[in-house]
Amino acid sequence: MSSTPTTSPAQSPSSATFISASIGKKVLMAFSGIVALSFVVGHMLGNLQIFLGQERLNAYGESLQSLGAGLWVIRISLLLFFALHIWMGVKLKAENLKARPVRYKFNETVKASISSRTMIWSGTTILAFFVYHILHFTARTTDPRFLQLPLDMAGNYDIYSMIILGFENPVNAAVYIIAVGLLCTHISHGIYSMFQSLGLTSPSCNKTLHRFAHAVALILFLGFSAVPVGVITGALKLPKNPPSNNHLQSAQSLEPISIESGGES
Amino acid sequence: MNITLHVWRQKDANDPGAMEVYTAKDVSADSSFLEMLDMVNEDLAQKGIDPIHFDHDCREGICGMCSLVINGVPHGPQAATTACQLHMRSFKDGDAIYIEPFRARAFPVLKDTIVDRTAFDRIMQAGGFISVNTGGAPDANAIPIPKTAADKAMDAAACIGCGACVAACKNGSAMLFVGAKVTQFANLPQGQSEKAARAKAMVAQMDLEGFGNCSNYSECEAVCPKEIKVEVIARMNREFLGATVKSSS
Ligand code: HEM
Ligand code: FES
Repeated sequence: MSSTPTTSPAQSPSSATFISASIGKKVLMAFSGIVALSFVVGHMLGNLQIFLGQERLNAYGESLQSLGAGLWVIRISLLLFFALHIWMGVKLKAENLKARPVRYKFNETVKASISSRTMIWSGTTILAFFVYHILHFTARTTDPRFLQLPLDMAGNYDIYSMIILGFENPVNAAVYIIAVGLLCTHISHGIYSMFQSLGLTSPSCNKTLHRFAHAVALILFLGFSAVPVGVITGALKLPKNPPSNNHLQSAQSLEPISIESGGES
Repeated sequence: MNITLHVWRQKDANDPGAMEVYTAKDVSADSSFLEMLDMVNEDLAQKGIDPIHFDHDCREGICGMCSLVINGVPHGPQAATTACQLHMRSFKDGDAIYIEPFRARAFPVLKDTIVDRTAFDRIMQAGGFISVNTGGAPDANAIPIPKTAADKAMDAAACIGCGACVAACKNGSAMLFVGAKVTQFANLPQGQSEKAARAKAMVAQMDLEGFGNCSNYSECEAVCPKEIKVEVIARMNREFLGATVKSSS
């Protein structure tokens, strides 16, 4: 009754390890993308607390700082996932360019969206922006005023005033909004793409998934730009009274900070 | 109508090749695209010029041999139509038409617009089949197949293996083709026993041939003459992931 087939699809070339496989790379891309995306969503929710007032935002910042070593664990894991995402992204792009050595004279696109075709460019631009953004607001090396800010009433670092000072410079605000826009085009294709890479799409839900991806990207764009727009339009202002610091003798100046004296960087 | 043709001419695989310009005069709107080329070729032959080489066989949209990129779109401007089923009424008098071969590293040009698509054959040999014993044909309907599964398998099996998906993909990726084949078998009871090995072997061969990766542009779906949907790629990814997890546990 039984007999063995002479050929079987089991004879796969030995080079077929997960990472070297086209689909393996895309799966790593999708997983690292999910991590990056969760960070982005969390970051937006954190930022929006600026609309709840100075005290609330600064307390949120302090709660993150108080994680201590935990914060560094989070930072380093994020960095590793980003490194994986960038590594795979660049590798995929290099292979894709090699797969069509002679280009078409008449180049046409029927369906592929602009965001899908510019993933590597939106990706590298946001990467450059991240570096600046971290130097600006996390390391605070680009604006001397940020290191001289007095602590707030609760004795926390005054993130609230830092952000307002930062975005009062319209160039900073514009660069931020453009970078967030690019991030959101990346995400609008990225969300659809990662479901597809992980094999989680079906003809019946495809349209909904595209809509969902665009909606998330739009919400993220509005959520992130709300802060610089709030500052530029004056909806978010520096606190009227200088923090009293009555219960905490700060080594820093007690004088109200002056916007003019800092010098734009 | 009169048409200006810009056609890729390349003597052989080693020739760098270039675009040449020809005119097609008094073309009937009712002639097919390939008939228009036949007429141009007769004209060229009379002038002692080597005719334009292009692949074709059935000329009725079922064999997958025709393989022209017309104005940057594999199989031309009409959706769900092979180049052989495209008619000149899709163009108008005075149009300029660019005709190029399918472009991909894995599809080297042999001559003019004819490319070597044996990479697809090798992918099929790696796993695009089921192993059955020969002998008397089994009873029809001996194996029950749910209608939905049969429909899904049939949709995927509509693939004629022309390679337009590769030609259209910005990355020269063959995932729509391989996805269609994997999906076709994965939906049928006959495909189950070799399912995991198939997904891995076909993907490995696809990578080996030098096709690009999928960036989910969906450009392949837009040009596929048989309207294969990108969800077959998702299915292949799922099968590949499942097979990888299974073999490592
Ligand atoms: C917070 C930042 C980022 C987020 C949320 C993000 C998210 C994503 C997601 C979800 C995908 C889809 C993955 C898939 O197709 O399975 C993706 C793809 C991609 N990302 Fe990012 N990404 C970010 C930053 C970057 C950076 C810095 C680069 C720099 C090179 C980059 C390059 C790419 C490329 C090239 C692709 C497309 C890969 C392909 O399909 O061929 N991304 N990204
Ligand atoms: S020649 Fe057979 S499909 Fe076009």
